[in-house]
Amino acid sequence: MDQLTQHTLWQSNIRRKNWLVWGTCFVLALLTVYCWSIMNKDTIWEFVYDAPEQGADLVSRMFPPDWFYINKLYKALWDTINIATLGTLLGLIIALPVAFLAARNTTPSVLFVRPIALFIIAASRSINSLIWALLLVMILGPGILAGVLAIGLRSVGFIAKLFYESIEEINATSVEAIESTGASRFQVINYAIIPQVLPAFLGVIIFRWDINIRESTILGLVGAGGIGLFLSSSLNVLAWPQVTLIIVVILATVIVSEFLSAKVRALLIG
Amino acid sequence: MRHWERPHYIVASKFWRLSLWLLFFVYLVIGIGSIDVNWTRVYEGLERGSNFLSAFLHPDFITRSNDIYAGILESLTITVTSTVAGILLSIPFGIGAARNISIKPIYLFCRAFIAVSRSMQEVIVAIFLVALFGFGAFAGFLTLTYATIGFLGKLLAEEIEGIDRKQLEAIKSTGASWLQSIHMAIWPQVMPRMVGLSFYRFDINFRESAVIGIVGAGGIGATLNTAIDRYEYDSAGAILLLIIIIVMICEYLSGWIRKWIS
Amino acid sequence: MLKIEHLKKQYKKGPLVLNDINLEIPEGQIVGLIGPSGAGKSTLIRCINRLIKPSSGSISLDGTNLSEASPKKIRQQRRYIGMIFQEYALVERLSVMENVLSGRLGYLSFWQSFTRRYPQKDIDNAFDYLQRVGLIDHANKRADELSGGQRQRVGIARALAQDPRLLLVDEPTASLDPKTSRQIMRLIQSICREKGLPAIINIHDVPLAMQFVDRIIGLQGGDIVFDGQASELNEQVLTRIYGDEDWQPADEQQDKGDD
Repeated sequence: MDQLTQHTLWQSNIRRKNWLVWGTCFVLALLTVYCWSIMNKDTIWEFVYDAPEQGADLVSRMFPPDWFYINKLYKALWDTINIATLGTLLGLIIALPVAFLAARNTTPSVLFVRPIALFIIAASRSINSLIWALLLVMILGPGILAGVLAIGLRSVGFIAKLFYESIEEINATSVEAIESTGASRFQVINYAIIPQVLPAFLGVIIFRWDINIRESTILGLVGAGGIGLFLSSSLNVLAWPQVTLIIVVILATVIVSEFLSAKVRALLIG
Repeated sequence: MRHWERPHYIVASKFWRLSLWLLFFVYLVIGIGSIDVNWTRVYEGLERGSNFLSAFLHPDFITRSNDIYAGILESLTITVTSTVAGILLSIPFGIGAARNISIKPIYLFCRAFIAVSRSMQEVIVAIFLVALFGFGAFAGFLTLTYATIGFLGKLLAEEIEGIDRKQLEAIKSTGASWLQSIHMAIWPQVMPRMVGLSFYRFDINFRESAVIGIVGAGGIGATLNTAIDRYEYDSAGAILLLIIIIVMICEYLSGWIRKWIS
Repeated sequence: MLKIEHLKKQYKKGPLVLNDINLEIPEGQIVGLIGPSGAGKSTLIRCINRLIKPSSGSISLDGTNLSEASPKKIRQQRRYIGMIFQEYALVERLSVMENVLSGRLGYLSFWQSFTRRYPQKDIDNAFDYLQRVGLIDHANKRADELSGGQRQRVGIARALAQDPRLLLVDEPTASLDPKTSRQIMRLIQSICREKGLPAIINIHDVPLAMQFVDRIIGLQGGDIVFDGQASELNEQVLTRIYGDEDWQPADEQQDKGDD
């Protein structure tokens, strides 16, 4: 092939790629505009236009925060932390066997057991903890228990997914070596698999705990205990100074938990 | 006769190890003790639970089909528009929050904006935006756009901070302007990962759009909430199934597209 | 004594990897298994301790038939067959001692091994083996702190802890430098001599094999094409095993550097 044809070929390749990119962008833009028009069918634009006024009004009502309200929040905060921590533990306990059943290299059957484990993971992951809480409050009644279960059920999919991916990445010859000593299945898990995946597992648990602290702050909106319960009741009576304080407390909790989890991670895995 | 005991690498001292375990169990007892359960209420609830489970297995898509259709459509449109808007806005915020190419005041502003966006739950943001902009999808759109900026902006900034310095210097040394150097040196390096992350965020936005409806910001969440309030478990089951199916389709598609791009 | 009769292995829809292998290895004999990549060396070794299930044929160790045993029996029999791996295959995040003691797993109940409560005799023996391979000072280090040669020594100690009646050695020196390779081969050889232990060493390095083994088996395309003393190995035989190549180590090889 001479240089000239090579050159034109290269150019046309670039051109075709450009067309593809611009075409995709154009279709995407059209889709967005279309979605925008459907979405805003029922939007009342007067409300949107006077948002700055509303905002100014809201801010003036929210400040100063009602600092003394904090005395009522301690118990709720403690509940929130318990919901997150116990929920994480519950999720971990269920996720552990699910992960081993879902990982290609440890599942007893790729054809039958693995799809079931994967379905459990997908179902748990696609339903948000607030929706889990909504369902559980309906079944169990309002309270912390519903919150713990909601956080736990939502965490199962997340933890199990990251666990089984790290199980699939382990060094297979170490497993072979332990098998060749005559070890049983559980001994192989204990000696060859757990030590290899432990750092990843700890990281995942801490990560999920941090997320769960955030999520458990709002579960109270549907009655599942914790500080969200107070947020919900303050919102209902439009007690904005209390709302401000609650938001501040939630933000502080989230920041502290992020700091703590970073510290613990560095300590354990570092 | 020689003594051997398993060495521990994380907490080497036996005293601290035992204390930590003790602390853990004490916490467990106190924590579990703080859950006060109304057993009669739970007992009553079990029947509802089993009703719900059987309704979930026999979902009813028909009775409320109009509401469900409208809710799903609203969720999907919110997801599309907020993801697109979030991606577009996250680019300036991400560039501004990257230490190696930004200037100090802009860097601090962008970092602060991203930090606040990330530490606020979508639902809490939605509560305020509903108060400001009224009930409906527009508030939901703003909520998810805001959250997307925080999520993608942080990742984009980290990605830019981690790029190969040499390429940036090479382009700069040709006399390229700031904008040209971003276009030529940074964009090609961060683009592939950002496309993948954008699809990932699309997934998240759909899932969140199903939730913010509970506080009035539009989408399928409102329909679900109503269905549960009215004890229409079979409709609720149908909605949940639809959410699971759509999330799975999104995940499958985004995985496929990510593979196709790279 | 290890006895292999009519051993065949074929992967699903794949070619025959092992084609009618017949072998007898008496007490205390060190056998070097050589052959090109893909000749079936690894598969043969793994068929013996049933990490791979053979398609047909029989394998027996000291009169016990291994090829038709139940999964539980297979685990019991594996205890008597120590294996040493190419990339050491230690569990890197466990201590050296735990790696050595893991050789005892087949003899212990799950709870004993889970709580690391090993019988005193096992611990004493493990220390002896560590002494033997020269790593007594590293017992409580984590395995990933060791160098390649040291890790392979741990691998040897682990195999010894099994109290084996047969050693399977899969490319023990492939990831080591020449000096360490020699030390490792010498260690394996002397241990086998002390204990009268038979060994099958799957090895790429022909000169190294000739120096340390009693008998050499050449495998090619799933067939045994040579079986004899190390000293009988000559150019003709190597050509039969590996195909055409100039085997002279001298300088005339220089202009053939295309392979």
